[in-house]
Amino acid sequence: MARDPVLTFTEEGIYCPAGDFHIDPWRPVPRALITHGHSDHARPGMGRYLATRAAAPVIRHRLGDVALKTIEYGETRRIGGATVSYHPAGHVPGSAQIRVEVGGEVWVVSGDYKTVDDGLSEPFEPVPCHAFITECTFGLPVFKWTAPDILAAQINDWWAANAAQGRISILGAYALGKAQRLLRLLETGIGPVFTHGAIENTNEVLRAQGITLPDTTRVTADFDRKAHPGALILATPSGLSGPWAAKFGPDRSTAFASGWMALRGVRRRRAADRGFIVSDHADWEGLNSAIRATGAERVFVTHGYTSVFRRWLEEQGLEAHIVSTEYEGESLETAEDAA
Amino acid sequence: MKDFAELFTRVDQTTRTSRKVAALTAFFQSASDADKLWCIALFSGRRPRRVITATVLREWAAEQAGIPLWLFEEAYPVVGDLAETISLVLPPPSREEDRPLSDWIAHLRTLSAQDDAARKVGILAAWDVLPDIERFLFTKLLTGGFRVGVSQKLMTRALAQATGIDEAELTHRLMGDWTPDTVTWTSLIEAPDPTAALSRPYPFYLAYQLEKTEEIEPVSDWFAERKWDGIRGQLIVREGEHHLWSRGEELMTDRFPEFATLKDFLPDGTVIDGEVLAFADDAPLPFAALQKRIGRKTVPRKLLSEAPAILMAYDLLEQDGTDIRAQPFDVRRAALARIIGSLPDGLPLRLSPEVVARDLEGLTAERALSRDLGAEGLMLKRRSAPYLAGRKKGDWWKWKVDPLTIDAVMIYAQAGHGRRANLFTDFTFAVRDGDDLVPFTKAYSGLTDAEFRQITAWVRKNTLQRFGPVRQVRPEHVFEIAFEGIQSSTRHKSGVALRFPRMARWRQDKPVAEANTLRDLHEMLTQYGS
Repeated sequence: MARDPVLTFTEEGIYCPAGDFHIDPWRPVPRALITHGHSDHARPGMGRYLATRAAAPVIRHRLGDVALKTIEYGETRRIGGATVSYHPAGHVPGSAQIRVEVGGEVWVVSGDYKTVDDGLSEPFEPVPCHAFITECTFGLPVFKWTAPDILAAQINDWWAANAAQGRISILGAYALGKAQRLLRLLETGIGPVFTHGAIENTNEVLRAQGITLPDTTRVTADFDRKAHPGALILATPSGLSGPWAAKFGPDRSTAFASGWMALRGVRRRRAADRGFIVSDHADWEGLNSAIRATGAERVFVTHGYTSVFRRWLEEQGLEAHIVSTEYEGESLETAEDAA
Repeated sequence: MKDFAELFTRVDQTTRTSRKVAALTAFFQSASDADKLWCIALFSGRRPRRVITATVLREWAAEQAGIPLWLFEEAYPVVGDLAETISLVLPPPSREEDRPLSDWIAHLRTLSAQDDAARKVGILAAWDVLPDIERFLFTKLLTGGFRVGVSQKLMTRALAQATGIDEAELTHRLMGDWTPDTVTWTSLIEAPDPTAALSRPYPFYLAYQLEKTEEIEPVSDWFAERKWDGIRGQLIVREGEHHLWSRGEELMTDRFPEFATLKDFLPDGTVIDGEVLAFADDAPLPFAALQKRIGRKTVPRKLLSEAPAILMAYDLLEQDGTDIRAQPFDVRRAALARIIGSLPDGLPLRLSPEVVARDLEGLTAERALSRDLGAEGLMLKRRSAPYLAGRKKGDWWKWKVDPLTIDAVMIYAQAGHGRRANLFTDFTFAVRDGDDLVPFTKAYSGLTDAEFRQITAWVRKNTLQRFGPVRQVRPEHVFEIAFEGIQSSTRHKSGVALRFPRMARWRQDKPVAEANTLRDLHEMLTQYGS
């Protein structure tokens, strides 16, 4: 009798028949293993949740009082006929790749990941496996991320130049992960740092679990821009383009941080003054090196430039498949919202 | 090229005109004469001649990047710009070399005399020493149009700030058919030789569309004439030679040989602003007749007799060698009328007739006649106004007739380029014919950025089939297509071709069943067609 595959792809999400659980499901299921707290991976309505200890606070903050158990990185746990362990994915604090072993065959669901060390998340660790499930949001050879030291210099130079002219700087980024990563790159000697409420809420959760972040102040309705001429404001992508940003004065300088900023067309449509190329997803080289490092012969690509990336992998001698999921990655639409 | 890359970056990073001008001014204050001259040339549409085909360039880039060509081709439409795609896929430079802009341009121009193997060596060597933005700009010079968010107007304003020379005067100095090879910084900008530029045209004065009729009251202050539907042109007769310029600063002299005779009759030092029209039996021929002549460098005799061209004269800019643009319109017009009145009959030069009306109602009634007379509408010119340079509000208005419109169904979509890469902006529209949809036009413009984003998200989810870059979409959305004219065409399945089609409105309120039909379209052809 043919054995079930270690993982199958169902309407609810990625499923393990041997362990009777789902990984990052998008429909309600009894038992969900969660790679990280972004809303396209950790959704409400599951019976039970399992995530890393470091990912748990944000998931609780976002989903409320759910039945959530935690696991340490590298700890193995037996679920039905499957052996499961979580390994750092380098995407956001607490993010994990989930390793599933059934009868000696190993599959890894990488969730979202990046291979560069952002100084905030637990750095990505390659996990040897037979089959690797990967995203490819930036699966084209035009995506190459800026080195962290150069990125930090670009952002701080922009901020310092604005501060010198008494202009407020507003930097747009996702509330979980990217915002905190950028915070830690800032030279806080340049000026005070304020945050959009959604970012500050996440900051509070992360600080409470022991992650060190520079001092930040929540932007309130009575924010007086005259009192903080050289300030930097960390905004959510929608905050950057909405009426919320108007309170920082007509002469404010706006910037957006996203992998999509690598493309001049997207950068110009964004109509921000600056676009910093930074992503919590892997770039072209990151995807390829991560896949090579697993030694996997079979690769399943979930979201991004899937058909192109599959063809590329097949030319590299791998068995590659596309699976359709409801993960969103780093959305181009968000990057495009006009300022 | 670091300084030019810095200029480009500063210009590209902002949407604010004042910051762009400041960056350009800074460049003009510090760069070498040769680099300044090339900067002016590039931002006024004078790029070096293309030496390598785009096809070869992408092969070399893919090879150098260690990726298959098909992967390069997949990435290109996502990026939307060939030079940018190339500079992104290439490995980082092995070392950096900072040579001036003019030096790099000289380098790429030497390639044109070399064979393909030598060109490849020369280009790979350049890519290997140029970091990101510089590499992008160098490749941009190799591949195509140098459109980077700096208009000639903006560049001229910065040049005026950097040199202290009046902006209008500079605009004039930059006109004509100079290249960085035929002039120097000094001869072009600082000390122009008045005899060196016999063919140099004046900057065209352009009008905005009239929005409020209060602008043209009292009507007695305004001169009205037809807005003819041809090619705006400037005829120059100086020292026994004649030159005909288009509004886009293109020399059209050889395309319209019938005007050669005018140099024998017009006095030296005459410059006339007018409209080139195909014209027969005292009336303009449809624009389609003129269109046959536009693309041709030489004109076969048959076409000359089928579509004879005239210049419909609007204005006199130079009289007896003197620039009279500062004089009131009435004075210039009277001088123009005297010159044309003294010419023998049968020359291809006519005075654009004045449209006389006592009041706004009279003008409105005249405007309504436009389409029947083969005109686009009326032009209104303040009688006391000088001839200005560029598009200005206040003294000149165009008052075009309302466009024709038809409600059509979107059936194909294609992504745009450059700023519109990744965004579906190029659409094909159809009219209904029974249960069928018959495509009849494409349109690219008219929607807001927000609407383009909205329709893009919809296209991504509603693609039925792909044909290369073109997506067939679910026929669900109706758009009001506005256009200026309609004519029969055997090239199109629908049997019609439109002039200046664009999307006037996204009719989210209209179901497909209420879109117009092929029969409606053909009725418009009968009524307005040519």
